[in-house]
Amino acid sequence: MNAGQQIALQPAQLRQTATRLRDSDGRMQMAYAWYPEPDRIELRYVATEATQNAFAVWRCIPAGPVPSLATIWPLMGWYEREITDLFGLEFSEHPQPQRLVLHDGANPICPPFSPKYPPDLPVQPEPVRQAVPEVVGAAADVQLLPFGPVRADVLESGEFLFFYIGEAILHYQPRLFFKHRGMEKRFEGLSAPGGVVVAERVSGVGSVAHALAYCQAVEAAAACTVPRRASYLRVLLAELERLYNHLYYLGHLCHTTTLKVGEAQGKLLAERAKQINAKLTGSRFLRSILTAGGLRRDLAPQGWLSAELEALREEYAVYARHLEGTDSHLDRLITTGVLDQRVAFDQGATGPIQRASGFDRDLRRDHPYAAYQELPLTVPVRKSGDAHARAQVRMAEVDESIALIQRVLLLLPEGPIATECQAPPKSEGLGWTESPRGTLFYAVHFDDRGKLARVKIKSPSFSNWRVFPFTVHGSNMMDYAINEASFGLTIAGCDR
Amino acid sequence: MPLWTLLGLMEGKQTAPWPQADGADGQAGVIGMPRYHPERCTDACQACADVCPTRAITMRQTAEAGDGKAGRLNVDYGRCVVCQLCTEACPTEAMTPSSDWAFGAARREDLVWRTPPSAPVAPDAKSRRSFRRSLHIRHVDAGSCNGCESELQALNNPFYNLHRLGIFFTASPRFADLLLITGPVTNAMLTPLRATYEAMPEPRWVMAAGTCAVSGGIAEGGYASGHGLDGVLPVDVYLPGCPPNPAAIIHALLMFLDRIPQRVSGGRLDQ
Repeated sequence: MNAGQQIALQPAQLRQTATRLRDSDGRMQMAYAWYPEPDRIELRYVATEATQNAFAVWRCIPAGPVPSLATIWPLMGWYEREITDLFGLEFSEHPQPQRLVLHDGANPICPPFSPKYPPDLPVQPEPVRQAVPEVVGAAADVQLLPFGPVRADVLESGEFLFFYIGEAILHYQPRLFFKHRGMEKRFEGLSAPGGVVVAERVSGVGSVAHALAYCQAVEAAAACTVPRRASYLRVLLAELERLYNHLYYLGHLCHTTTLKVGEAQGKLLAERAKQINAKLTGSRFLRSILTAGGLRRDLAPQGWLSAELEALREEYAVYARHLEGTDSHLDRLITTGVLDQRVAFDQGATGPIQRASGFDRDLRRDHPYAAYQELPLTVPVRKSGDAHARAQVRMAEVDESIALIQRVLLLLPEGPIATECQAPPKSEGLGWTESPRGTLFYAVHFDDRGKLARVKIKSPSFSNWRVFPFTVHGSNMMDYAINEASFGLTIAGCDR
Repeated sequence: MPLWTLLGLMEGKQTAPWPQADGADGQAGVIGMPRYHPERCTDACQACADVCPTRAITMRQTAEAGDGKAGRLNVDYGRCVVCQLCTEACPTEAMTPSSDWAFGAARREDLVWRTPPSAPVAPDAKSRRSFRRSLHIRHVDAGSCNGCESELQALNNPFYNLHRLGIFFTASPRFADLLLITGPVTNAMLTPLRATYEAMPEPRWVMAAGTCAVSGGIAEGGYASGHGLDGVLPVDVYLPGCPPNPAAIIHALLMFLDRIPQRVSGGRLDQ
């Protein structure tokens, strides 16, 4: 599993190439920067060509400010701002040249990813109030609600600014990256096995997706092939992760529509799924199993997992049927937070979010990895783009995940669970997974000692947080919590 | 009767009797902190220290007088992220997988391996007496991976049903008795975290939940992350774990309220 061809581009060719990609039904995936040498920075762009299965990688060595692609591919805006914050590289004609990852007032002595940046020197942020958009016209009627970063209940930290009149939200601006931990930098200097422990802790509820994308990137660099038993068990782990995430999602969605028993039931089913995880792997988050080359130890799902999952499926089926038959619940979901298909594409929506807005895309089927090539997969798609569609996609995926696991249990081959996997010095690889929240990419680069030199993580929540505000502008306050829950976002994955 | 009420009642009682009565705590199969057996260490071996990603295991620089039994390693469970790499690397089973997860401790030093273990300190029960049956918690995520949040959110599912123990999460720090913090304390969360603490009425207490909050964990240091709560806020309860499971959180909270005893001292659980 490797990325397709690499194309070297001059900065002056970037906009033209990006325009051609857009006009030929391609798709931009992500961009990142790295230092191949301590004094040389390189940009990487990852794209999907409509006519090819492999991902295309563009390489570009900047000389001065690089032409921004954000006006051609709006989703690129965030990647470019992140690169400016962390690498100090400027983009010309960027439509939103503000800070993203580092907050206003944080003034590092040099960009934190520069080889000159001292290890363990914290970037001390100066507490500066963020500049907020100016309200023109009936300014006296517009109220500003800053909410967060410490919010109600047990939630991840993030600050949200609402400009509203009565119930109507005029403008909504999330301010994220309070949780930015510098996780990509934590990989630097580690050996490949050490990197798995870090990848598992980028987003806890995406431990398998992150570790698997990372391992597959290392395996691409090492050009090694994972034994069949391990690749089947990887599917099993990835689908168990989807299962507990989606079940919790449904319970939490009921919380926002105030369907109390539905909330309790959804969260109880999620708890059962987590207890199954622990019984199978020793970890409720399915950690400490994956490694580059296969698995760290074998699993014994035979003889019990199938029956426990079937019991869970039967309970889930009743639960799902009642959710879909409850008018008060559906009334809050239908037409709430509609994500237009065009906006979804332009802003880079991924996973269940884009599938609820009419895109039939799923990396498990379109760019298969692990054993997905050998397993039939139905990808649920809805067109209405509202909170109900987003819930329905996930509900269908619960059934699909259980069916996949049952098939894995039927077909699970015997044999070794790991192979030698040593990435050579100066090698690189790209790995990807369809996580419960959407597409996840890991790009890894090894240095001349065979240690990790750069790891870039493209998380699904980074993509979907970019999209989410477009469904909030012009909506109303009482639907906000429902809309946010229907996206199923994590902040840790976005902020990294 | 409304349909959902009926459905809920038909499910029957789903809540675990633990910890008020014997019964399943829901953690069957969970692998906890690795167990250290110093007598099994061999000379010149440092396999576990080499693979430990958070320096929870380090080699002792100098053999201290009379600590032949203490072993060759410094083992700090306040730094352990439960990755199990040491149990796989150890050639002599001096580090073994275990189901030890009830690691809530009143003192940071209780999490460090020591021979013999010092007696657990009696908690300051007097000042907390009036909170024993009604504790309100404000949670602050100071940069977690969301694993800890996932387990904290699980506390209110029907299986654990934290309310039955008189423990509640509250939205406002003004109503909170205990500040429960997850994450290594990122630079950007430092000011909001301190502001939340300052907004609490006294008496107020602080719990570091998860290895990140105890010591920084896997994200520790670098340009964006801190080193946990030490030096940031006074900590009353330490609970390492990556993440601590819901039963471990309940155990630590009840321990804080002097309703059940602390189980860890000298870096190991009472057996």
